[in-house]
Amino acid sequence: MSIVPAIRVRGVVKRFADLEVLSGIDLDVPRGHVTCLLGPSGSGKSTLLRCVAFLEETSDGFIEIDGEPLGYGLGPDAKRMRLAASSIRAVRSKIGMVFQQFNLWPHMTALGNVAEALVTVRRLSRRQANEQAMAQLEKVGLSQRASHYPGELSGGQQQRVAIARALALEPRIMLFDEPTSSLDPELTGEVLNVMRSLAETGMTMLVVTHEIGFAASVATKIVFLDHGRLLVEGAPGDVFSKPRHPRIDQFLDTYLDRGAAGLI
Amino acid sequence: MSWELFWLLVEASGLTILYSAISIAIGFLLASGICAAMLSAHRGAATAGRLFVSFFRGTPLLIQLLLVYYLLPKIGLNVSSEIAAILALSLCTAAYQAEILRGGFQSVPKGLIEAADMCGLSAFSTFRRIRLPVAVRLTLPALTSEAIMLLKSSSLISVVGVVELTTMAKDLASSTYQPLPIFAAAGLVYLIINLVVAGFGRLAERAAKRGHA
Repeated sequence: MSIVPAIRVRGVVKRFADLEVLSGIDLDVPRGHVTCLLGPSGSGKSTLLRCVAFLEETSDGFIEIDGEPLGYGLGPDAKRMRLAASSIRAVRSKIGMVFQQFNLWPHMTALGNVAEALVTVRRLSRRQANEQAMAQLEKVGLSQRASHYPGELSGGQQQRVAIARALALEPRIMLFDEPTSSLDPELTGEVLNVMRSLAETGMTMLVVTHEIGFAASVATKIVFLDHGRLLVEGAPGDVFSKPRHPRIDQFLDTYLDRGAAGLI
Repeated sequence: MSWELFWLLVEASGLTILYSAISIAIGFLLASGICAAMLSAHRGAATAGRLFVSFFRGTPLLIQLLLVYYLLPKIGLNVSSEIAAILALSLCTAAYQAEILRGGFQSVPKGLIEAADMCGLSAFSTFRRIRLPVAVRLTLPALTSEAIMLLKSSSLISVVGVVELTTMAKDLASSTYQPLPIFAAAGLVYLIINLVVAGFGRLAERAAKRGHA
């Protein structure tokens, strides 16, 4: 692992009006590993992930991607300063994002969704873009569905297309915001399998999830958030094995009830 | 009622279709601008857009028509009654279409824009490739209804002496003393035109709908 982490979060605070959702988060996401963000609803894990993508403005603190500041940096007077939109776009291009609601563009086919940015951002010819997009769809096992519209695909298939769309832009880091939370239980497996094989390629991944089994088996680092603070971080073995932090005990109980006992 | 009379009505309906189509097209262009103004962060522009919409939605088209018709010569613009009529129809439908489009743009799911941001699309590309096509898909049924409403409202322009379907029907009714069959026939012609418009609207919706969940 190199010295500069893939993602460095320092003192990040996020307030919505009077509500403080993140209260000073420090976090390093190591390169080439899977890091899972866990925590109860309202703990701020999704907000943190969205701040890392700069889909939410941070109220304070800094985020660095591959050592480069995203969104806010230090100005000449050593004060926190909003960076130019061009800088935000440049740093963001290292990040691929997968959303809970897939967010596929409904008026484009699966292939069109994956090829879109290759044409409008990367300026590839339509033919080249389609070839690359097809190769990505192949990787997630959906080349047969290339000409289908999102509305004609199952939730699991839509999420796999969304993963292909993010991967087509060759990101160095992939962010997943509860990628299986809006899927029927029988469809989560196909998405998790795609994520597993992506992890095996050495992709740096930061995953907000409720899939404790996935976190325990794939992640090399678990980060547990509670009430906007980082409560525990460490290897899954350390975080999940007893004696555990009482908050984690309480949190896991809910999932053990739901039949995840055998996975931990 | 003879076929000859019916044919005169059909011929006049060509003008109804022409004036309506021109007004809907001009209205759409105006509406795009007004919608952009209403959604813009510029407070003056947003207020101007809202004022425009509340005036033209809040006053009867007949009054707007007469205002435009009598106002233009007063400010030195001597235009034909056809132009005045098209202008009034365009302004009125622009207000309604602007509201429809505003609703459409505001209903584009935020997540689609965020996905575009994360894929590096510029603001312009996001507008052209994502927001506009999705908003138009969402508003197709409402825009079709508005086109039908305008086509029917265009019968009002007969009051400023523009020749179209309703004017022709009135003239024929008074010259042949057969108001009932003639107005019934005119109504039938409006109905047929609007069924065709509705059919086109449904075709467009179906073409756009393939992707909907």
